[in-house]
Amino acid sequence: MTELTTLGIKAIRDGVAAGDFTAREVAEAFNTAVAEAAALNAFIVTTPDHALAAADAVDAARAKGDALGAMAGVPIGMKDLFATRGVQTTAASHILEGFKPEYESTVSQNLWNAGAGMLGKLNLDQFAMGSSNETSYFGNVISPWRKAGSNAGLTPGGSSGGSAAAVSARIAPAATGTDTGGSIRQPAALTGITGIKPTYGRCSRWGVVAFASSLDQAGPMAQDVTDCAIMLEAMAGFDPKDSTSLDLPVPQWAANLNADLTGKRVGIPREYRMDGMDPQIAALWDQGIAWAKDAGAEVVEISLPHTQYALAAYYIVAPAEASSNLARYDGVRYGLRDLPDPGSGSGTGGSGLQDMYAATRAAGFGDEVKRRILIGTYVLSAGFYDAYYNQAQKVRALIARDFEQAWDHCDVILTPTAPNAAFALGEKLSDPLAMYLNDVFTVPASLAGLPAMSVPAGLDADGLPLGLQVIGKPLDEQGVLNAGLAIEQRAGFVTKPEKWW
Amino acid sequence: MSTYRIQGATGEWEVVIGLEVHAQVTSNSKLFSGAATAFGAEPNSQVSLVDAAMPGMLPVPNRECIRQAVRTGMAIEAQINAWSRFDRKNYFYADLPQGYQISQLYHPLVGEGKLLIEADEKAGIAEDKWIGIERIHVEQDAGKLMHDQHPTMSYVDLNRCGVALMEIVSRPDMRSPAEAGAYVRKLRSILRYVGSCDGNMEEGSMRADVNVSVRRPGEEFGTRTETKNVNSVRFVMQTIEHEANRQVDLIESGGTVVQETRLFDPGTGTTRSMRSKEDAHDYRYFPDPDLLPLVLEDDFLAECRASLPELPDAKRRRYVEVLGLTPYNARELTAEVETFARFESLLAETATALGKGEPEVATQVANWSLSVAPGVINAAGDDANPAHATAAAQAAILRMQAAGEISGGQAKEIFEIVLKTGRAPEEIAETEGLKQLSDTGAIEGVIDEVLAANADKVAEYRGGKDKLFGFFVGQTMKALQGKGNPAVVNALLKAKLDE
Repeated sequence: MTELTTLGIKAIRDGVAAGDFTAREVAEAFNTAVAEAAALNAFIVTTPDHALAAADAVDAARAKGDALGAMAGVPIGMKDLFATRGVQTTAASHILEGFKPEYESTVSQNLWNAGAGMLGKLNLDQFAMGSSNETSYFGNVISPWRKAGSNAGLTPGGSSGGSAAAVSARIAPAATGTDTGGSIRQPAALTGITGIKPTYGRCSRWGVVAFASSLDQAGPMAQDVTDCAIMLEAMAGFDPKDSTSLDLPVPQWAANLNADLTGKRVGIPREYRMDGMDPQIAALWDQGIAWAKDAGAEVVEISLPHTQYALAAYYIVAPAEASSNLARYDGVRYGLRDLPDPGSGSGTGGSGLQDMYAATRAAGFGDEVKRRILIGTYVLSAGFYDAYYNQAQKVRALIARDFEQAWDHCDVILTPTAPNAAFALGEKLSDPLAMYLNDVFTVPASLAGLPAMSVPAGLDADGLPLGLQVIGKPLDEQGVLNAGLAIEQRAGFVTKPEKWW
Repeated sequence: MSTYRIQGATGEWEVVIGLEVHAQVTSNSKLFSGAATAFGAEPNSQVSLVDAAMPGMLPVPNRECIRQAVRTGMAIEAQINAWSRFDRKNYFYADLPQGYQISQLYHPLVGEGKLLIEADEKAGIAEDKWIGIERIHVEQDAGKLMHDQHPTMSYVDLNRCGVALMEIVSRPDMRSPAEAGAYVRKLRSILRYVGSCDGNMEEGSMRADVNVSVRRPGEEFGTRTETKNVNSVRFVMQTIEHEANRQVDLIESGGTVVQETRLFDPGTGTTRSMRSKEDAHDYRYFPDPDLLPLVLEDDFLAECRASLPELPDAKRRRYVEVLGLTPYNARELTAEVETFARFESLLAETATALGKGEPEVATQVANWSLSVAPGVINAAGDDANPAHATAAAQAAILRMQAAGEISGGQAKEIFEIVLKTGRAPEEIAETEGLKQLSDTGAIEGVIDEVLAANADKVAEYRGGKDKLFGFFVGQTMKALQGKGNPAVVNALLKAKLDE
């Protein structure tokens, strides 16, 4: 039954519905694949029973002739940023190790309602902060990809590194991701899979451990554009429990997929063609432009003049929000509580509240999380607020305006997803700024709240995948998916990592 | 102008006072969660996942809390901001699960308004005075720490956590403890009229941060101190009294007032330093990214305005101008919601019972409500059942009295029996013989007897000793066992004596 694990969402769903195989067979096949892939460290916990129970429910429903959901029989991986009832939810942190919520996130519940099951909770950068999945308390995720002729471990990207590794290794047909500044798109690009971040507000943030509330958006990571469309439909929808949720019906993206770009204008932002750009990335982009034309689109050069300030603005706004969002992890009510030795605290013979906070947060957060809390605290401090936070918000508004003006000239924007292919684990760990630069192409769309996706488009000289990014107008996920599909059809990306694990 | 002055060793000092009143919004659920808000529940029994700040939980504004704050703003004639926004105030404390309080620093819901405190000579307030209100914003309350449950640990009760508060910030417009007391009382009255806060200071539904500074009359403001969480009108006044004198003593002895947060000790009536400006938190305010700006539609605002009741100032004016009450009675009757509600229902019942307009009976009903009835109720003590004091029963008594069927004394006696038994006033008057005699024939007979028995006095009266008229009235009433209608008795006596 191993061939079942090569299937994506649509193939599994349709096969189960047609009776070609049962949902249980699918779940068992993936449970086995997950169990055999421990070397990737993609999962923090596995939940084979959850996958089987969901599969059995689908098989039973089918036997009774009940209507089946859009994700019926599809076992997926769940990024461990989504709260899952009774299943450990950690955000890959020590401070939440062992935390089992009594509630289910809206997005995961939507997926279960659509007939999906859960293979396990996927590893990620701690609190989704990172671009290489090296900040997890539970260890690095190892990309299934390797450079040709090398056994060195590579990053799957981040923060949704576990999701990317699992889908590209075909141990999960699809996975949830979250994207704050590129955390779906960059790992998708680095592992040769497809991922979309919808318009801010499409997917409820309720029950998703918050990193930066004004930027966080959930989205699917899957084998192809069609599977992304199906899964995004299942995840999205208005949620009265999230004030920033969009009160709009969910369009039928999958049914309306159309790779014909005739009459569409594809914008190419000149500011994204940066000095010192990797020639392989530049060539891939040119290839993408050619594919867009081939699909019938008119290609136009556009300008997004404030692009160069996006990364700086992002690394002020996101840490600012994070410094506040992560204040709740204080050892008082749940998660880790660390008390210093009696006598070492401020009181006599005992430790006080401040000592508990300090010890708990020192032990519970990793270095990158601490770095961002410190940055965020600093930029919000009296005397610095205007110079940093307020200034960054102004830049953010200008970036959003750049896009609004660009829409006068184009319908979607095409760019590379990341400035490089997968890099070696440890390569950028000591240089946070180099790491942050990995988000240079993805951050602007996040700041503007726009839908954006990454589609695998080719391999570099080392045989590693590269991705192209499509950015769309607010609420125009359809336009993004359609352009992605046009590229996908022309790229014909079929290479999979060779199994070594 | 307030004439309140602190007499220092070096001369007179004026006190400048501003108040920040925190009023708990009357609402069944919290500002951003569906949890209940009842006072006195078991610890941690009214805590939602949002209140406990579980991972991934999000705030959703409670429309009713916003509505109450808007109505309150309208009641103080304030500018209502159709666009406002919530900010996070960041600090760590065990009673604050999120690690931040959701408040409104930059764009409050309610802008500039004002409130009238009335002249009160006894309190030293010479004339009516408007006190400016800078803003009202809504924010979350924190939980409560309990330090007496365990020898080395503190316990946390999150029931209050997330409850909606209105912070009502006055201008530094008050100049005496009495003005501050009047301001708090008036504000409390308005909140209770509007129904946006129960005003219960004992349960903590209303508490004040008291800002006090002193200056030479007419000079620049001095440095202020802020005394936190003062929870009664009396304590507010004590705080000002103490704090102003402390500051004057300090300055006159060569010291300087430092801007700081202080605590009031109700046991000693004094304040003490809590933390100075140097130790003040940096709250790192920023717009809450979990919440969209609060935009109020015209329909919503119109509904808020339409649902406002008649407010204290308007009611007081109407009582004087339309009902013809004295300013004193009008103020007494309009101070509390319960008082005016009882008065107005009794007024309506009485007017109906007598077939008269309300203005014609208002003074009688006001006197009854403010002095007669409370006296009887007090005298009856524990035997009185307040539930028996219905508007219908009291109106019946007032009707009989107005019709001359009973005397004022009888009215009190009947009311006392009503309070104790709940029996109907007419039945009591009948059964207990508590009715005045108005039958002229019967009274004339008695008068004839009295005059016959006192022929000498009749002669003296007729000889010019007018003062004896009272004697005849007394004798007649005595013979009638006090039940004669005084007006009838007087008229008949007069007629007989002047024959």
